[in-house]
Amino acid sequence: MLRIENLTKRFGSNSAVDNVSFTVDKPMMIGVIGASGAGKSTMLRMLNRLNDATEGSIFFNDHDVTRLQGKAKREWQSECAMIFQQFNLVPRMDVVSNVLHGTLNKRGTLATLFNLYPTEDIHKAIEILDRLGIAEHAPKRAEALSGGQQQRVAIARALMQDPQIILADEPIASLDPMNAQIVMEALRRIHEEDGRMVIANLHTLDTARRYCDRVIGMRQGRVVFDGTPEQLTTGVARDIYGAGAGFSEAATSTEIEALNTPEAVPA
Amino acid sequence: MADLTQHPGRVNDIQASYMAQVGRKRLYSGITMLVFVLLMISGFNLASSRNGGSFWGGIDNFFDYPSEVVAEAASKAAEMPAHFATYFPALLETVNIAAVATLIGALMAIVLSLLSTRGLARFPRLIGLFRRVMDITRAVPEIVVALILIFVLGGGPVPAMIAIAIHTAGALGKLFSEVNENASLKPLEGLESVGANWTQRMLLGVVPQVAPNWLSYALLRFEINIRASAILGFVGAGGLGYELKVAIQWGQGRFDEAGAMFIMLFLTIVFFDQISSHYRDKLVHGAKGKE
Repeated sequence: MLRIENLTKRFGSNSAVDNVSFTVDKPMMIGVIGASGAGKSTMLRMLNRLNDATEGSIFFNDHDVTRLQGKAKREWQSECAMIFQQFNLVPRMDVVSNVLHGTLNKRGTLATLFNLYPTEDIHKAIEILDRLGIAEHAPKRAEALSGGQQQRVAIARALMQDPQIILADEPIASLDPMNAQIVMEALRRIHEEDGRMVIANLHTLDTARRYCDRVIGMRQGRVVFDGTPEQLTTGVARDIYGAGAGFSEAATSTEIEALNTPEAVPA
Repeated sequence: MADLTQHPGRVNDIQASYMAQVGRKRLYSGITMLVFVLLMISGFNLASSRNGGSFWGGIDNFFDYPSEVVAEAASKAAEMPAHFATYFPALLETVNIAAVATLIGALMAIVLSLLSTRGLARFPRLIGLFRRVMDITRAVPEIVVALILIFVLGGGPVPAMIAIAIHTAGALGKLFSEVNENASLKPLEGLESVGANWTQRMLLGVVPQVAPNWLSYALLRFEINIRASAILGFVGAGGLGYELKVAIQWGQGRFDEAGAMFIMLFLTIVFFDQISSHYRDKLVHGAKGKE
């Protein structure tokens, strides 16, 4: 389904993403982990074509999307939704308008400028918001919502695109543990109920283990781990993060359940 | 999820009320569009009926004058470099008037803007007064001020400089005070807590925050003032404007000189635009680097 071959991105002399290759056969939920600067974001941004690859190719259903331009590129972007760490909504527009932005690729420029969306799209947008539990905020401005609610608006915008793939770049890094759980469960549910592929950059191992079917570990732009959550042991994690023996993931865990594990309590 | 309970009835309510809101918004934007179009049509008709000649009758001749200027200038292209040399001192005078006026006007604008920004003002009750002062300096056309001053002081660059500086103080003061409103009050509180007086708080707390924006507005104003000082030459303030007024009158056969002056003015504006964007970039990126 999705095939990445020797994908490389260089900024000057440093490689942010260095010769990355992997294949995904069927829709699944994939977590990408690694330290800050490991190239996770750059890889996702290349998939969405926000950044151009220096070398290598991305194939989706045996169709090369790496060098698409103009209309074809925008069509691919509408097929492959992106969710950002800072939500990237338009703060002064209402929630439903922000969700309707998911249809921009299918509508004419003039109609969207004057906010003339079809009634069925508006109804669908509110249904998606209801599915994510925030329909009552529909007429409010996006900036009036809390971070967790804004991230769910961003997910609703992604769902409005009716995409094949949902890319999530650190979707819970700016959220508190409760909202983080709501957002991750929403992403998991979208994968299970709609059968869409979800690729999420995550910065906590327990989140990756708990919600993902497959985990890819990156270090300094290279893939250093690719396997199931069960194979992701503490030893492997130390390799991915280049950490010493003092590394304990429970120390920084954001999972509410982690509070019950004995190692989380400082001695 | 916390609130996954599905109530089909509730969703229908939300959909209906949102659709009503959308309908209202569409109605308002439709009315706004209609008013805009009607204003355009009626405004055009009014202007056209007050016009001495006819707009559609005169539009055909619109390009006659420029084309004659270009044709005449082109036919004497060989003399262009000599004209550049002749009028360069006049151009310097024009730029000089603009530079001094911008500098003096900007200094006045800084004082006026700090005195008329809510939250910063030294005398909060007098904010209205200082705002009206700026309104007056903007409302009076600089050409009127220049004509009065030329009458009093005699022709020359000084009246033009004063006239432009007064207008600049009002125009920049308004822009500066809008920039000041966006400045964070936290550093000011910090300075107040150590016992700094008002001038110290403004110079050390506000100016570092707003300087890049002030500079970029001041440089834009400088470009506008170059053009303004060229226009004031028409009423006897000297500089390139005076030479242009003499050369540009129809039927004297001096369009080549007028063309040369236009080109010089254009190149001057381009030159200062390039310089200002270069330094603005430097200032903004320098500020980013420090963060």
